[in-house]
Amino acid sequence: MRRLFNTFFNARLRAQMVKELLSILRDPRSRMVVFVPPLMQLLVFTFATTLEVRNAHIAVLDRDAGHWSHELVARVAAADFVSQVHTVHSRDELRELIDGRKVIAGLNMDANFSRDIAAGDTGTVQVIVDGRRSNAGQITVGYLNAIAAEVGSAARKEPQRASPIVVRHWFNPNLIYRWFVVPALSGILVFFSALMITSLSIARERELGTFDQLLVSPTSTLEIIVAKTAPALAIGAVLGLMMIAAAAFLFGVPFTGSFWLLLPSLLLFILSVVGIGLMISSVSATQQQAILGSFAIGVPAVLMSGFATPVENMPVVLQWMAQAIPLKHFLVTVEGTFLKAMPASDIIANTWPLAVIALITLTLATLLVRGRLQ
Amino acid sequence: MSAHATTVSGHRRDQGVAVVIDNVAKHFGEVKALRGFSADIRYGRLTGLVGPDGAGKTTLMRIMTGLLVPNGGRVSLAGFDVVADNDAIHIASGYMPQRFGLYEDLSVMENMRLYAQLRGMDADQHADIFASLLDFTRLGPFTTRLAGKLSGGMKQKLGLACALMAKPRVLLLDEPSVGVDPVSRQDLWRMVQALTDDGMAVVWSTAYLDEAERCESVLLLNEGKLEFDGAPQELTDRLKQRSFRLTGVSDERRAVLSQALELPTVGDGVIQGDAVRVVLREDAGREEIDALAGEVGAQLEPVQPRFEDAFIDLLGGGPGGTSALAERMHVVELDSDIAVSCQDLSKHFGDFIATDAVSFEVHKGEIFGLLGPNGAGKSTTFKMLCGLLKPTEGEAHVVGLDLRNATGAAKSQLGYMAQKFSLYGLLSVRQNLEFSAGVYGLEGAAKRQRIGEMIETFDLKQYLSTSPDSLPLGYKQRLALACALMHRPPVLFLDEPTSGVDPITRREFWTHINGLARKGVTVMVTTHFMDEAEYCDRVAMMYRARLIALDTPDALKRASRSDDNPDPTMEDAFIHLVESAELDDAADATAKAAA
Amino acid sequence: MSHEIIEVHTGAAPGGQTNQARASRRFDRRRLLALVRKESLQAIRDPSTILIAFVLPVVLLFLFAYAVSLDVREVRIGVVLESDGAAAQSLAAAFAGTRYLKVTPARDRREVAEQVVSGTLRGFVVIPQDFERRLASQLPQPLVQVITDGSQPNTANFVANYAQGVVQTWAAGRSVSAPAAAIQLEPRYWFNAELESRRALVPGAIAIVMTIIGTMLTALVVAREWERGTMEAVLSTPASVIEILIGKLLPYFALGMIATLASAALAVFVFDVPLRGSLLALLTLSAVFLIPALGQGLLISAITRNQFLASQLALFSGFLPSFLLSGFLFEIDAMPLPIQAITYLIPARYFVSSLQTVFLAGDVWSVFIPNLAAMAAIGVLFFVIAKRKTRKNLEA
Repeated sequence: MRRLFNTFFNARLRAQMVKELLSILRDPRSRMVVFVPPLMQLLVFTFATTLEVRNAHIAVLDRDAGHWSHELVARVAAADFVSQVHTVHSRDELRELIDGRKVIAGLNMDANFSRDIAAGDTGTVQVIVDGRRSNAGQITVGYLNAIAAEVGSAARKEPQRASPIVVRHWFNPNLIYRWFVVPALSGILVFFSALMITSLSIARERELGTFDQLLVSPTSTLEIIVAKTAPALAIGAVLGLMMIAAAAFLFGVPFTGSFWLLLPSLLLFILSVVGIGLMISSVSATQQQAILGSFAIGVPAVLMSGFATPVENMPVVLQWMAQAIPLKHFLVTVEGTFLKAMPASDIIANTWPLAVIALITLTLATLLVRGRLQ
Repeated sequence: MSAHATTVSGHRRDQGVAVVIDNVAKHFGEVKALRGFSADIRYGRLTGLVGPDGAGKTTLMRIMTGLLVPNGGRVSLAGFDVVADNDAIHIASGYMPQRFGLYEDLSVMENMRLYAQLRGMDADQHADIFASLLDFTRLGPFTTRLAGKLSGGMKQKLGLACALMAKPRVLLLDEPSVGVDPVSRQDLWRMVQALTDDGMAVVWSTAYLDEAERCESVLLLNEGKLEFDGAPQELTDRLKQRSFRLTGVSDERRAVLSQALELPTVGDGVIQGDAVRVVLREDAGREEIDALAGEVGAQLEPVQPRFEDAFIDLLGGGPGGTSALAERMHVVELDSDIAVSCQDLSKHFGDFIATDAVSFEVHKGEIFGLLGPNGAGKSTTFKMLCGLLKPTEGEAHVVGLDLRNATGAAKSQLGYMAQKFSLYGLLSVRQNLEFSAGVYGLEGAAKRQRIGEMIETFDLKQYLSTSPDSLPLGYKQRLALACALMHRPPVLFLDEPTSGVDPITRREFWTHINGLARKGVTVMVTTHFMDEAEYCDRVAMMYRARLIALDTPDALKRASRSDDNPDPTMEDAFIHLVESAELDDAADATAKAAA
Repeated sequence: MSHEIIEVHTGAAPGGQTNQARASRRFDRRRLLALVRKESLQAIRDPSTILIAFVLPVVLLFLFAYAVSLDVREVRIGVVLESDGAAAQSLAAAFAGTRYLKVTPARDRREVAEQVVSGTLRGFVVIPQDFERRLASQLPQPLVQVITDGSQPNTANFVANYAQGVVQTWAAGRSVSAPAAAIQLEPRYWFNAELESRRALVPGAIAIVMTIIGTMLTALVVAREWERGTMEAVLSTPASVIEILIGKLLPYFALGMIATLASAALAVFVFDVPLRGSLLALLTLSAVFLIPALGQGLLISAITRNQFLASQLALFSGFLPSFLLSGFLFEIDAMPLPIQAITYLIPARYFVSSLQTVFLAGDVWSVFIPNLAAMAAIGVLFFVIAKRKTRKNLEA
């Protein structure tokens, strides 16, 4: 065993690994660039990325001015998600506010609104929604619906009519958006860091001429790839663990699953990203090409990873392509481990594709480096 | 300002003052680049700006072109103060920076048009100027080629053409001949001389002292101070009766040089083909060198001093003759006397033939030079020999091993020092040493000991924790050599090892190489620097992908001897070989056309 | 030969040197044109420019049109039918028949619970054993239970709301006697009646594309000139700093405008996004947005003079904020105040809002004018700092 270890972890390999680590970490500035921006982004973007609606402005065109319209407007104004209600007196005024993006929605009550309700009929409220903000608009309508139902119950003097369904949200009873965002952002930021670090590693040596020096030395192509992989893996893992710790302790996201199941998944995830980075690096002639290349691969990969929208909502062809994106698989395990206490079988089901991606990309990277000798 | 300007306007060969340097000083943080000196540069003259690396040559150039602001003193160019009249400076001067300042993804013509228009010329109305400049630079056939695809020599000529647009009155060239072959260098000289004849002031900074010798006037800088200002001949004259040549020592020349340099009365020495050239220290008698000549059975003959002799002398003499590095090397034992060989080695890139059926053998302990103009195929051949490129046809062997399929063990038989030294700038000096020891499989005590030796031999202790990027060039070169030799390889590959390096550092480098060769290390070297070719046992000349000559430096020089030039230099031999190869090619082409 | 050159050259530079010196301080159109031509040739010949300026935008627009839809459709849920009653079966059938749900039927909730953990299902509906009894009861009590996967809050919300809708519609269909609701909201989505998120996302994506071209590419190309040493040569010519900077920016300005037009054409003709405003307004907005975008790129490269750092800065200060803090994907109003404050400094914030308006709503100058003013102000700020940081010499 020890001999095996020594053959695979010989002096040549050790020297290269130390070199790679030092290239990233010796300079305090680059040390900062590796660790500080991702953590800062985790902080800023966690609070920025929310699909809830808050501080909304609502316009009201109340031609009724009756009891129930006042009641409705008062409850809307008091609602948590509303910061201000603008009273308007004409449709033109309402249109102006919507067009000018001053309000997200406008309530329009006809003159006979209260009368209809009193008569036992249905009072209708027209809700004009800014469709440019389609998502927030829909959520706003949902909130308004709940308020309308409340007022309606009061009008009928009946006890709060029970909803026909009882809902339980598993894993996240209050649907706190942050619980979803923080683990996912950890994955995305680790993805970008590992991709950038590795995509530069070969391109930098090639641009500075040290790569030739490496190729004439007794080290093999495989050793070069291994030596470039291991430190990036270590740095990525440290970064990933820092983010996971921040998620659990700083942001209070419940960690229900097994850390020891998540760790191998994290490592394989980084490994597969490193493979992609090294592939980009081995075909890039300059650092600029490497940077732009990893950018051109990374951005679409994040969009298709299931972070912004569930993968199952995409067209089938894109769903297939998404299978090749390491982030897609890791997001399932990291979310599952945090919130769902995901069992080993599910973790494995989402981890083996990472192993396959890592194997393929690292093999291709090795072949590409070797092919460069032609 | 305007009064001054009119007095010097018009391009007469009036020998007026073009640049006034008045007590100029410049520092970058703690580093004092220029320490305050004064000098004049005149019109109609080629002024050489020489000095070792880090002497402040580039800083002075940049101050003269208004790209840096001096901390003390003042500089005026063509009557304009470089700080106060900065805009005027850019019109009066043409400047070619070290990397030529060309846009690699623009063609030759596009680069020329750009600089013409930036200097206020309407390119469309001056087709004649372009034609004459293209003719002047011999770039006519290549107008549509991208600058990035030009050879070093062509880039340099294009850079010069761009700097010459709109006829500046002062032309500033920063190390224009680094990495350029002798043929291109000769072209450049021809061009610059024509310009000075018409009254332009040309400033040419260089680390090559044979170039300085051809300048009409020289400013010699050292550590930011002006050490000499005048005609090179003045300086050289001080060396009369102090330069000698030891002949008849061919087999022992490296040992003789080493011994000579150890003599207290000898200040400097180099190998010249089969002979050794030495320079005595100031006021030293010739007894010691006479005794040495007698001892080794050599003839001692006085020779004309060169500017380089004077330069080294002025800076306190060259380094000693023994290499602490070589002392530590074990004598190399090989199974065969042939250390490196290749048969019918060819490399094609698509239709382009970079190397065409090259064959030669290199003996153990030999210093073997690979020479040729830019783009002749030296680098390709070199890369195939050390396994960085796969040959299209033929094979190459190093110590009997084909490096294409070489195992790690085989690769550890060679040491490699790449152009520009290729050190890891992100690692410290010590970390660089540790890396190269490790990557060649050294471990534990052996590794520590070997690194310790290198630090001591190359005097790297003071720099251990700094980055190689911030080292002086000479130390960078030492570090690169230390890294290449860490594993004591029997064969050493050097790719343009002293490009742009000053003569003192160059001498020190060759002291080590000579010492290694004496221990049986085989050295393969590519170079543009003809003095370096003189150190080689044998030289292979490549031209247009083919091997056109392979012999000792002296034999090559003899072959180019003519009535006009009874004592040709290595540079003459080089140009002669290239020109005769060109004639042969032309004859072949005519013969083919006739048939 | 050399004589000839010198003579012609002298003729080429008419007038005394002093006149020329004075002239050089002024802006020179020919020099500018030469620099513009140079920059354009370089941009066209560099494959990475083409990749970033033309290929990546198409990929991004395509993904925003098809992959990043915020509309939920085809959510997989389970329906656990514990009751054998006819009513229960008809409710289960109602679930199976909806457009937005893909139902996996089950008899036991344990069958589907695991699939929620593994993420195969996003939730399930339990129609309980005593469903018929609950239905018959006069007491207000829930009929069915809905379990969602709360780890995906958006989808969970959708499942809950949609399930409620299905049950209500089903119940309403059974008993006409049910009292009408007292208040009914009739939502109308202006500008985007079918509520396709693509229509809101694709215009926003154009802002991202323009940020990439304006900031990222500009930062890289200026830094490249410093790294390759060509800046030193250009600085030694009579060209002024203003000429050099404008010469650098004009081609990328043109590239940005071409990319906008191409993206807009793609949006309208391929992704079916209406352009309700005028082309003039679109072009004006894009042109003004490019001022801060290019200014930021210029500023970054003036500070770093190094391609790697420039790319990192462009990524962190340009691309990611325009993506996450511009209101394009996430509502700015919903962000905490300190982060809302940051968004005011991000030019993309103003551009995204204007683009959505010009595409979906039309020419609403009350939206455009404040946005134009803000973008221009940020742009001028960037340029002033960049100009100060760029000197016509090599002093750091």
